[in-house]
Amino acid sequence: MIRVVLPAHLRGLAHIAGEVQVEIKGPVTQRSVVDALEANYPMLRGTIRDHVTQQRRPFLRFFACEEDLSHESPDAPLPAAVAAGKEPLLIVGAIAGG
Amino acid sequence: MSGVRVLVGTRKGAFILTADGKRERWDVSGPHFAGWEMYHLKGSPVDPNRLYASQCSGWFGQIIQRSDDGGKTWTQPGTPPGEQAAPGGPPKAESNKFVYDTSSETGKPLTTHQFYDGTQHPWEFKRVWHLEPSLNDPDTVYAGVEDAALFRSKDGGKSWQELSGLRGHGTGPQWQPGAGGMCLHTIVLDPSDPKRIFVAISAAGAFRSDDAGETWRPINRGLKSEFIPNPEAEVGHCVHRIAMHRSRPGVLFMQKHWDVMRSDNAGDLWREVSGNLPSDFGFVVDVHAHEPETIYVVPIKSDGEHFPPDGKLRVYRSRSGGNEWEALTKGLPQRDCYVNVLRDAMAVDSLDKCGIYFGTTGGQVYCSPDAGDNWTPIVRDLPAVLSVEVQTLA
Repeated sequence: MIRVVLPAHLRGLAHIAGEVQVEIKGPVTQRSVVDALEANYPMLRGTIRDHVTQQRRPFLRFFACEEDLSHESPDAPLPAAVAAGKEPLLIVGAIAGG
Repeated sequence: MSGVRVLVGTRKGAFILTADGKRERWDVSGPHFAGWEMYHLKGSPVDPNRLYASQCSGWFGQIIQRSDDGGKTWTQPGTPPGEQAAPGGPPKAESNKFVYDTSSETGKPLTTHQFYDGTQHPWEFKRVWHLEPSLNDPDTVYAGVEDAALFRSKDGGKSWQELSGLRGHGTGPQWQPGAGGMCLHTIVLDPSDPKRIFVAISAAGAFRSDDAGETWRPINRGLKSEFIPNPEAEVGHCVHRIAMHRSRPGVLFMQKHWDVMRSDNAGDLWREVSGNLPSDFGFVVDVHAHEPETIYVVPIKSDGEHFPPDGKLRVYRSRSGGNEWEALTKGLPQRDCYVNVLRDAMAVDSLDKCGIYFGTTGGQVYCSPDAGDNWTPIVRDLPAVLSVEVQTLA
């Protein structure tokens, strides 16, 4: 199972608490993980990537294993530790300050 | 006993304020959708427990929410909480999918409008500013969006289709964003003619359809805008709000960027009725529920100073359909007040006496249960108020 940590607002939207786990058949990539998230939680469609362009929304970044993966190809394999379920994929919103 | 339900959208969530017909003691529910920008909430005139809400965020985009129990519980249309899509199947909810119509069937699928710098810019969906439920079908609802376009759902908000004749009628390349973005913020449905719809766009102007949204034409004759070089310009006007009394759908009142305007022929021609207002800049305009010639505005000092003149928060009422205005101040702060009242943040109930409501960027929601003579804050310390709607409940 692939572990995913969502921003608090998206956890609220999807009515979930804590980490999310999704099952991926085939390559574990940003695209396949977000596809699986959206299949399990349809209310998240359009919130992580744009409905039309499928581009990551500009205020969101993808991190894992202390690396910023945001600018990797969405079809690039995620780190082995993520694929093995040892480390989560972190979907992180830009901080809001004042 | 009759009562009212006030739906308040703010920068950081929605609030629902309820009271009986006296409108003295209020229950406050919320924040709903805490932390999200709630641009607008509105109930169906056919089924008061059916509410629609526009929830959005710079991070996560647009969400549409619906309640079928008067705001106690909410779901995204088509996606009940906890219910999962069929494995491998299509997602259940596309309620947040607003895709501009670029089909060849529209004839002229416009793809650009004027940007701040005068260049042409492609249409990009940003958010829903205003939701207008149908007058006769609780599952039909219109959405006014930024970048400006009109969408309609016929399935309770599960899916949305653009009424592309508005963008496609030919003036689109002359539309331009105001400081708040290029938004379609006002949708007025004619209760006497289900095929007639009015909309307003900043900064493009007012438009009317007489065929249920298929085709549109600008209705801006008589509007004067100093920032437009051509005094006879058909479009480009920064209309802030339009209001109508349901008994006289041909009479429209408009708060423009500057100028309060009136039309007696469904927008074919406008005339100024600013009269003795201390400033004719402002955002809101509304009409008394039982007196179609009694109208309300909240003057704001200027487009550069978005607060009331002289630090005094005053609602102005005209009982003559404009030109002659009286200041309503009892219960409103008359010194050191520098809040704004945004375009969707005034509403009226239909009780007798008519109640008037408005919200401020300082987080107050005021109520007058006597048509504006006396005002009381229902709440004082909400996040900045974006919208106020009221439902009169049997």
